[in-house]
Amino acid sequence: MKTFYKKFSEKFIEGLLMLSGTITSLTVVLIVFFLFKEGLGVFDKKPVEEGYVIALSKSNPLKTLSSEQIKNIYDQKITHWSEIGGKPDSIILFRAEDISNFYSDEEIGENFEGLSTCINRLVDSLPDIIAFFPKKYLAKDFKGHELTVDKVSLKEFFGGKEWFPTAQPSAQLGVLPLILGTLWVSFGAILLALPLGLAAAIFMSEIAKDNVRRIMKPLIELLAGIPSVVYGFFGLVIIVPLIQKTFNLPVGETGLAGSIILGIMALPTIITISEDAMRNTPRAMKEASLALGASKWQTIYKVVIPYSISGISAGAILGIGRAIGETMAVLMVTGNAAVIPHSILEPVRTIPATIAAELGEAPNGGLHYQALFALGCILFLITLFINLAVEFISNRKQHNKH
Amino acid sequence: MELVDENKLAKNKKRNQAIAFWIFRILSYAVVAILFVILSFIIIKGFSVISWDFITKMPEEGMTKGGIFPAIIGTLCLVGGSMLFAFPVGVFAAIYMNEYVKDGIIKKIIKQMTNNLAGIPSIVFGLFGMSLFVNKLGFGDSLLAGSLTLGLLALPVVIRITEEALKSVDNTFRQASLGLGASKWETTRRVVLPIAFPNIITGLILSIGRVSGETAPILFTVAAYFLPKLPTSIFDQAMALPYHLYVISTSGTNIEESRPIAYGTALVLIFIVLIANLLANGLRKYFGKKVKMN
Repeated sequence: MKTFYKKFSEKFIEGLLMLSGTITSLTVVLIVFFLFKEGLGVFDKKPVEEGYVIALSKSNPLKTLSSEQIKNIYDQKITHWSEIGGKPDSIILFRAEDISNFYSDEEIGENFEGLSTCINRLVDSLPDIIAFFPKKYLAKDFKGHELTVDKVSLKEFFGGKEWFPTAQPSAQLGVLPLILGTLWVSFGAILLALPLGLAAAIFMSEIAKDNVRRIMKPLIELLAGIPSVVYGFFGLVIIVPLIQKTFNLPVGETGLAGSIILGIMALPTIITISEDAMRNTPRAMKEASLALGASKWQTIYKVVIPYSISGISAGAILGIGRAIGETMAVLMVTGNAAVIPHSILEPVRTIPATIAAELGEAPNGGLHYQALFALGCILFLITLFINLAVEFISNRKQHNKH
Repeated sequence: MELVDENKLAKNKKRNQAIAFWIFRILSYAVVAILFVILSFIIIKGFSVISWDFITKMPEEGMTKGGIFPAIIGTLCLVGGSMLFAFPVGVFAAIYMNEYVKDGIIKKIIKQMTNNLAGIPSIVFGLFGMSLFVNKLGFGDSLLAGSLTLGLLALPVVIRITEEALKSVDNTFRQASLGLGASKWETTRRVVLPIAFPNIITGLILSIGRVSGETAPILFTVAAYFLPKLPTSIFDQAMALPYHLYVISTSGTNIEESRPIAYGTALVLIFIVLIANLLANGLRKYFGKKVKMN
C-alpha cells in the first residue's frame, strides 16, 4: 500500500513538473495565436470607419477608390475627377457636418430627422459630389451609389508611407515610416554602443587586473538593471535639452536622443556576451602567440578577437534586438513623429513606441486596434529572427570547436 | 644594422600596445562613468524630495503635490503577484528540464521555446496580456492581469537561473541519494534543491528587481493614471512606480510643477533595483564562501 502511494505521488509530481516544463512553449504558442489572430484581422477590414459610408452621385462612373485616393481627395490634393480616371470636373467635397451650408435648420430638423432626405437630395442634385456621412443617414431610396472601398492590402500596409490610423474618412495604415524609424534608431544605437562595449569587453577580459574586473562586473550588471523608464526620464531631462542646445533645434526629441539612450541600454548586453566569448579563448592559443614573441596587444587582435568573433557578433546582434524591442525609453525621447526620417536630428517614431502610445486610445477590436496588433506581429517576427540568427551563429562556433 | 631595426620594431610594438591599452582603459571607464552620471543625477535630484510624507501619502492636486504611496503599494502587489506565479512554475519547469527529461527532441524544443520567450519584447507581452487576460478572460484592467503578464515575462529569467543553480549541484550527490534507495523526487527535494537553494534565491531577488521596473507590460493591463486609493482586490486597477514616472514626466497636467515628484519616484525605483542587486551580490558571496568551507 505504501509503495503504491509512493509510486502514485511520484507520478503525480512528475506530471506537475512536466506541465510546468511546457508552460513556456504554451505561452509562446498563445502569444503567436493572439497576436496574429488580432493582427491579421486588419487585412479583412476596410479603412473607412465602420458605420460610415462614402457615396457618389449616380452619374459618376467611378465604383471604387483606394484609401490613399480618398485621403488625397479630402486633403484636396486631388481636386478633379479626371486625376483618378473620371470626368474632367472638379470634385465637390461633402461631410455630414457641412449640411448646414446647403439646407436650413428647419429642413434638417432639430434631431437631424430630416438629414437623410437632405443628403439624398444633395447627392442627387450635385453630380460631382463625394459625400462622407454616417450610415444611419443613408436614405432607403438613396439616389446616389455607395463607393466600395478596397480592404487594407498587404501592399498598402507595408509600402504605405503614411501612418494616420485615425484619419477620416479613410485611415492610412502605412507602416514603412515606423519600420524605418525603428531600424534607424536601433542602428544608430549600435553604432554608438559597439566601440564602447567592445573596448570595455576587451579591457575586462584581457587587460584589467582581477580586482578591477571584480568591481566592474557588478557595475555593468547594475547598468542592465536600471529600468527603461528611468533611462527615458534621464534622456528627457538631460540628453534632450543638450541636443536641442548643441544643434540649435526647435525640439530636442530626436532620433539621435533615442540612439544615445538605446546605445547606453545595449551596452551591458554587448559587454557581457563579448567578454564571455573572449574569456573562452583557449589559454594554449594565447600562450602560443605570446611565446612566439607577439605582444599582448598583438595577441588580442590577432588571436583573441578572431577566435571570439562569432560571440562578439552574437552580442552585437542581440544588442540590436534589445534596441528594436525597447519601448518606454524610446517613447519618451524620440518625439514620435510618424514620418520617414531624413536625418538623425528629426523626430522619429518606432514600432514599440507607436503601440504604447496609441493602444490606450484605440477602441477594442476596431481597425486601429488590429493595426497595432499587426505592428506587434512585425515586432515579434523581427525579434524572433534576430534570436534565431544569434543561436545559429553561436551553434556554428560550437561545431567549429569540435 | 639588423639589430637596430629589431630594436625599433620592439619599441613600436610596445608603443602600439600602450596606446591601445590606454584607449580601452579610457573607454571602459567611460562606461562606468555613464552609470555613475545617471545614478548620481537621480540620487542628487531625488534625495531632497524623499521624505516620510512622500513615501506614505496619497498624491494631491493633479499629482503636483503629495506622495506616491499608492504607486509603491501597487508595485509591491505586482511584484508579489508575478513572483507568486513565476517562481513556483519557473522552478518546477527548471527541475523538469534538468532532473527529469532526457536529452532529446523534447528537451530541445522546450529550451528553444524558453529562449524565444526570453527574446520577446516587453511591449508584445503587454499586447498579449491585454488580449488574453484583460479582454478574453475578462479580468479587466486589474492587478491579476498585470501580475500574470509580468509573471510570464519573468518566467524565462527564473527558469534560466534555477537551471544554472541545479546544474552546479554535483552529480555524486544525486547518485548517493539514489543509491540509498531514495526516489527521484525525494532526491530532488531533499538533496538537490537544498544545495541549489542559495543560487535560486539570488536569481529570485534579481528578477524582482527587473519586474519592479517594467512599464510596457502593465500599460494596458493594470496601470491607472491617477488613483488616490489603494487596491482592495485582485480585480482592482492600481498605480505603479514605473508607470507613474512615465506619466508625470511626459503627460502630466503640469510637467514643470511635478518634476520634483518625478525625481523622487525615479529615486525610489533606482533604490529598489540597487537593493535587489546588492542583496543578490551579497548573498552570492556569502553562500559562495559557505559552500567552499564545507
